Amino acid sequence: MTNRPMLEIVSLQKRFGDNIVLRDINLKVAKGELVFIIGPSGSGKSTMLRCCNRLEQPSSGDIIIDGRNIMSGTSRDLDRMRLKVGMVFQGFHLYPHMSVVKNVMLAQRKALNRSAEEARARSIDMLERVGLAHKADAMPAELSGGQQQRVAIARALALDPLVMLFDEPTSALDPELVGSVLAVMKDLKTKDMTMLVVSHEMGFARETADRVIFMDGGVVVEEGTPEEIFGAPKAERTKAFLSRVTR
Amino acid sequence: MQNLIDQFFNIAIMSKSLPLMLSGLWMTAKLCAAVILLGLIGGLLLSLANLSPRGWLRVPAILFTDIFRALPPLVLLIFIYSGLPFAGIEISPFAAVVLAFLLNNSAYYAEVYRAGILSIGKGQWEAARSTGLSQTQTLTNVVLPQAVRNVLPDLLSNTVEVVKLTSLASVVSLSELLYAANMARSITYNASPLVLAALIYLVILWPVVRLVSRFQRRLAA
Amino acid sequence: MSGFLTTFFNVDVMVRYLPDILSGVVVAVLIGAAVVVAGVLTGLALACLRTYGLRFWNVLIICFADIFRALPPLVLILLLYFGLPGVGVQLSGPMVLFIVLSLTLAAFAEEIFWAGFLSVERGQWEAGISTGLGVNGTLLYVALPQAVRLAIPPLVNRVLAITKMTALGSVIGVSEILSQATTAQSFSGSATPLTLAAIAYLVLLMPLVLAARTFESRRDKSQGR
Repeated sequence: MTNRPMLEIVSLQKRFGDNIVLRDINLKVAKGELVFIIGPSGSGKSTMLRCCNRLEQPSSGDIIIDGRNIMSGTSRDLDRMRLKVGMVFQGFHLYPHMSVVKNVMLAQRKALNRSAEEARARSIDMLERVGLAHKADAMPAELSGGQQQRVAIARALALDPLVMLFDEPTSALDPELVGSVLAVMKDLKTKDMTMLVVSHEMGFARETADRVIFMDGGVVVEEGTPEEIFGAPKAERTKAFLSRVTR
Repeated sequence: MQNLIDQFFNIAIMSKSLPLMLSGLWMTAKLCAAVILLGLIGGLLLSLANLSPRGWLRVPAILFTDIFRALPPLVLLIFIYSGLPFAGIEISPFAAVVLAFLLNNSAYYAEVYRAGILSIGKGQWEAARSTGLSQTQTLTNVVLPQAVRNVLPDLLSNTVEVVKLTSLASVVSLSELLYAANMARSITYNASPLVLAALIYLVILWPVVRLVSRFQRRLAA
Repeated sequence: MSGFLTTFFNVDVMVRYLPDILSGVVVAVLIGAAVVVAGVLTGLALACLRTYGLRFWNVLIICFADIFRALPPLVLILLLYFGLPGVGVQLSGPMVLFIVLSLTLAAFAEEIFWAGFLSVERGQWEAGISTGLGVNGTLLYVALPQAVRLAIPPLVNRVLAITKMTALGSVIGVSEILSQATTAQSFSGSATPLTLAAIAYLVLLMPLVLAARTFESRRDKSQGR
């Protein structure tokens, strides 16, 4: 069994015209690790996450997933790569014209070519994992924000990804719905999923993260265990950010 | 007053010309079926070309759309119907009419589709692509179903325009509804057949127009 | 290929009949401009009238708008041109064309402006009235400007469609572009006048098409696409 990292970001740079959003990011995420990314808005954390499945195109640098450099390859390779990298968005983005179970089934049928029965069975499985199997035939509009986000997680999990990326998964939710989503994410962690999470939920980070990374101005300012970062931050910028954010 | 009714609402003349007009209506129906079907498909392809990132596809598509939005359909019809034979190209009247209307109308359908596709937020595209669906799969399964639903009133409104457009075919003697009515008018020296044709158009299209109004409640702000 | 060129692009024929086509252009532009002014203003007036919420007038306006949007203009043109003389009303071709196209444009314009009014929030009306503007004042200074602004993109589209219909005048002998072209075509035995006509329409109407495109992309951008 190799100890190679599941996800590796090498010298990642991202420029939007003259604006340099990411400067030379380097990161290794081991299998089963939960890396939590914090930082002020505009720090580039979302952009970095979105480079990991090439929703944003890196200006330079490499992204290596399970030993394979995803920067090269055809568009079909790109589609196939995205099966291995699951993404959960702040806005959930369930397909409004399909029922919940069909939302989870779609990519399985079209991208993985699973049969209808197999896809449906898998989808119900995934929905059970997130506690929403009883809503399988409901339409997304009938669900609360937290429920929609959990379906979105199931939709990504149904493709058996190696890595899950979370882009502020609870930021658009009413406070009382946040817990249900975090519970699902915690469950994923216990099942050894490799996870990269951009979020403001510091309490969750303290409980479940293996590593916390603080980003600002397009660079990784500091990284360490939750105890190190939240308890004894070394850099001034880290201290300033944390004092602004924690009540 | 009696004169008015005689000229425009002469029941006797209307009932005499009805058989002729019904066969004209049948031709109208055939024209509509051909143009609407081909226009819906052609318009979709044109709008996809319009939105394509590939310049060699997009630029001609935009040019095509602009030119056929600027040309009056009647001019296009005359051009194709009487111009092509000059160049030695033989084309049946029905085909000439369908071609002219298709060229004109697919540009309008294309603009409706384009607005519909653009109205689907980026998030839907990203969510679908992030699950490994290709561009085409995303378009077919996620974006288009929602886009069409959003612009259904405009698609319907454009379809009404096609039905009205078929009346132009009378100019090149294609025996659709208006041609039949005009023929009956010139034989009887009475305008009632034209009124009858108007009533037939109203019966068919007024409900659709009302429906479109109800759905098109609000304008984008 | 050369056969195609001489059929459609015969320079001699073009030069010979250009004056005729140009006189057709003048007629088309005059009638078109008159139709646009009359149609848009009438449509706007009707939509404003609808904001007063008077049941009787609303029903009339809605019927008018529905009927003139459902009827093909050519049917109305033939109806008026050939039918009215029978009851003693003699209208010239240009007059019939003007009346039919203006009424058709008014019907569409009314629906477009009305949709614009519907998109103005209730709160705007309440704010205007509660500051003493009165119903008329609120309509004029608050609601109307906003409704008109929203109406411009679809209105430009519709104006474009209706001005193209001046070509229908050729059916009843109005000497606009198309009728000049078909006459020239029969005299010259060449299809080139039709090409001239097509070019004339493109030159006249392309600015409107580009304007429509600009408005549409501006609206798309403001909605964050």
